[in-house]
Amino acid sequence: MTDQNQNITPPTQGPTGWTSEAMQARIRRRYRTEKIFKLMGLGGLLTALATLCILLVTIFYTGTSGFQETRIKLDISLSENAFAGVAALDKAEREEALRKVNYSTLIRNSLLKTFPDVKKRREVFALMKLVSNGARDEIRQKIIADPSLIGKTISLDLLASSVVDIFFKGQISRDIPQSNRKISDQQIAWLDHLSADGRIIRQFNRSFFTSGDSREPEMAGILGAAMGSFLTLLVTLLIAFPIGVSSAIYLEEFAPKNRWTDLIEININNLAAVPSIIFGLLGLAIFLNVFNMPRSAPLVGGLTLALMTLPTIIIASRAAIRAVPPSIRQAAIGLGASPIQTVFHHVLPLSMPGILTGTIIGMAQALGETAPLLMIGMVAFIVDLPHGVMDAATALPVQIFLWADSPERGFMEKTSAAIIVLIVFLIMMNGLAIWLRQKFEKNW
Amino acid sequence: MSILNLLVIIGIIAAISYVFGHKKATASVKGDIRLLHSLPSHYGWLSALISLAPAMLVMLTWFLFSPQIIENLLLASLNDSVTDLTPFELSLLLRDIHNLSQGDALSRAVSVQLQQSADYYVMISDRIFWAASLLAVCLSCLFSYLAIHKISPQLKSRNYLEKFILRSLLACSIIAILTTIGIVSSLLFETIRFLDHVPLSDFIFGLKWSPQTALRSDQVGSTGAFGAIPLFAGTLLITFIALLIAVPIGLCSAIYMTEFASKKARSIFKPLLEILAGIPTVVYGFFAALVVAPFIRDSGSMIGLEVASESALAAGIVMGIMIIPLISSLSDDVISSVPQSLRDGSFGLGATKTETILHVILPSALPGIVSAFLLAASRAIGETMIVVMAAGMAANLTANPLEAVTTVTVQIVALLTGDQEFDSAKTLSAFALGLALFIVTLILNFIALRMVRKYQEQYD
Repeated sequence: MTDQNQNITPPTQGPTGWTSEAMQARIRRRYRTEKIFKLMGLGGLLTALATLCILLVTIFYTGTSGFQETRIKLDISLSENAFAGVAALDKAEREEALRKVNYSTLIRNSLLKTFPDVKKRREVFALMKLVSNGARDEIRQKIIADPSLIGKTISLDLLASSVVDIFFKGQISRDIPQSNRKISDQQIAWLDHLSADGRIIRQFNRSFFTSGDSREPEMAGILGAAMGSFLTLLVTLLIAFPIGVSSAIYLEEFAPKNRWTDLIEININNLAAVPSIIFGLLGLAIFLNVFNMPRSAPLVGGLTLALMTLPTIIIASRAAIRAVPPSIRQAAIGLGASPIQTVFHHVLPLSMPGILTGTIIGMAQALGETAPLLMIGMVAFIVDLPHGVMDAATALPVQIFLWADSPERGFMEKTSAAIIVLIVFLIMMNGLAIWLRQKFEKNW
Repeated sequence: MSILNLLVIIGIIAAISYVFGHKKATASVKGDIRLLHSLPSHYGWLSALISLAPAMLVMLTWFLFSPQIIENLLLASLNDSVTDLTPFELSLLLRDIHNLSQGDALSRAVSVQLQQSADYYVMISDRIFWAASLLAVCLSCLFSYLAIHKISPQLKSRNYLEKFILRSLLACSIIAILTTIGIVSSLLFETIRFLDHVPLSDFIFGLKWSPQTALRSDQVGSTGAFGAIPLFAGTLLITFIALLIAVPIGLCSAIYMTEFASKKARSIFKPLLEILAGIPTVVYGFFAALVVAPFIRDSGSMIGLEVASESALAAGIVMGIMIIPLISSLSDDVISSVPQSLRDGSFGLGATKTETILHVILPSALPGIVSAFLLAASRAIGETMIVVMAAGMAANLTANPLEAVTTVTVQIVALLTGDQEFDSAKTLSAFALGLALFIVTLILNFIALRMVRKYQEQYD
């Protein structure tokens, strides 16, 4: 400050007089600096929040359309000769026979009836491209559910292909030249015709929540990944919670203060900051290569994530246990409880809200974690839903990664939609943690 | 019988022995439990534990050693046909036999011999499992009988029980140490095997990274080069960009929140920043690839700059956004723990808030702030998903942030996902990179934690 003073004020006058011109100028300058500095701080904060806004808005903007699907209403004639003899079979045989029926022909016939002037092979092919491959399955399911439909002509809302879907969501512009978009002018003309007939239906995409992954964006769903995440987190919770709470109890209540305990403590703090991918390498080397556990299984993922979240849970639990005042312990011991009884009957129940809060936050971290799961092979393309912890599975964030990497345009909105689901889960978990903290937190 | 059933049976036995232990203890003093050394439930728990322990031990032994035993028996049965196979072919054969028995995909056609081996495999693993479960159940019954038999009013069951609980608590806290040992040993072990293929100096000082090794010896062009310098340089470049973004923004917001913001504003801004911290990194990666990278490329081409679509700049900026909350919350803690007396002294001398912050608070909080930077740097170095999704794959030794670079974590992921060959230098190099990553982050964390501790002691 001293050299500033010399700069501003001539040495003869000295900065003592508050009314002097030089002093006033200096005070003005100091306040200006104050204002600029404050604005800088606010600017930093607002920049951070603005990026948060941009991120969330982008995700929601691209993602909300992922919850909708486009369907094309077609009159499918289930003629007797396509299903010759099927009606006579019993239930199991009928399902087998229905598997072999060529549903593409049924769809093609229906489309050709709507567009009688389509003759050339290539045009028919382009026409068929409007309907998703999954539509064949939908017809089959319909007939399995109600075999009496055979021989009738039914009006069905069939799943449109991904290109059609994103065309109607406005993600493919009509203005760009035909060679640069995946949908031809001819196809657009057909779609306009269908649209004018009221045959284009946009509705809530239920299959997004009820099916597993698929190569076709319009059929891909997140249930498989969500189940995988659930099973993984279940294993993580079952392992990390008891072990974490136990070691927190030991370190806080029973550990003697010596170098050994110090070592454990430093170790836990360092483990909390080890990059998650290192835990993935550990899982790969130990669980897969040494113990020969199955690749891609939620069991291994859960074990790996449990080791990763353990430090978080231990640190949070220790803080919660430390917050219980010593008077509680003294009272229990004074009434004749043993140290173990004191801890398990009094300290632990009182610190449970804090421990649970920490655990939920750790679980939320584990839910969003991707890198360790890549290492242990939970990154495969898996259509079937996992039913147990030994089945091959993938997890929600890994599914997001896989879809984000996929070149198909239609997967972009699915990625954002899956991210929205993931963020909703995370907000729910964190909300639960905050609620627990506010409801049960005691100020001793 | 599956493992689950076995666990249920053992659990039932333990529950029964709890009930009988409880009953026996009460009956031994004719219902007057004041005469017992411990509470009746302590006797119950003790007998349940004693019935559980041997069964658990048997199952653990089975779990750890049965794969090895099965493999040896299998090898013994295959004896004459496998003597001339290399270890790699042998492990492939064993894997195929295992997969065939599970009904999974194979790397070869199913031969009669393979089918026989698979059947044999199923048979011996079944038998060993049956033997182990039978042993577990018998031991469980036996020990539970013995425990209940031993119960008398003088038995110090509470002391035994509490000693057991204390030991288990200790065992749980040792798991954290075991994790570290597991990390270090697995990384070190694989790295040593990697160094058999590639000398250490080539790995640390080599300037060329192209891990594609020739599958056949007559293939040309892909001999494999494992010089990690380009990866380290790429990692540092992206980390540097990230810190360049995150440090000013994070520090500014921490200063604003602690010194200028009202309590109400603080209670709004802090949770918002926590949301930023809670967003999964895969979301940031998607954001980087979807929004930031195209934006930088387009704005670069507008002013005539050639920007790679997977530029280091995009990955670095998004990673910077990711670590803003880390820096701001750590600095926040540090700044608010500067004693009020220092502020009051400065105000008393007529300093403005800004002058107090710049000349008093920041200098005294400096160690803590530096440690926040170190933790943030370690976080950025180890961050994986953002760079996997937004940075390049090709190793590129450059300091130009507009070009694509690759990082250590990207290469680990690239080397270990997809089809792996066991024991190839390519796969093992991932572990060497992992070890380097672990050591660097460990050193950064260690210094940072030490600094924070020293700093806290200063004002306590």
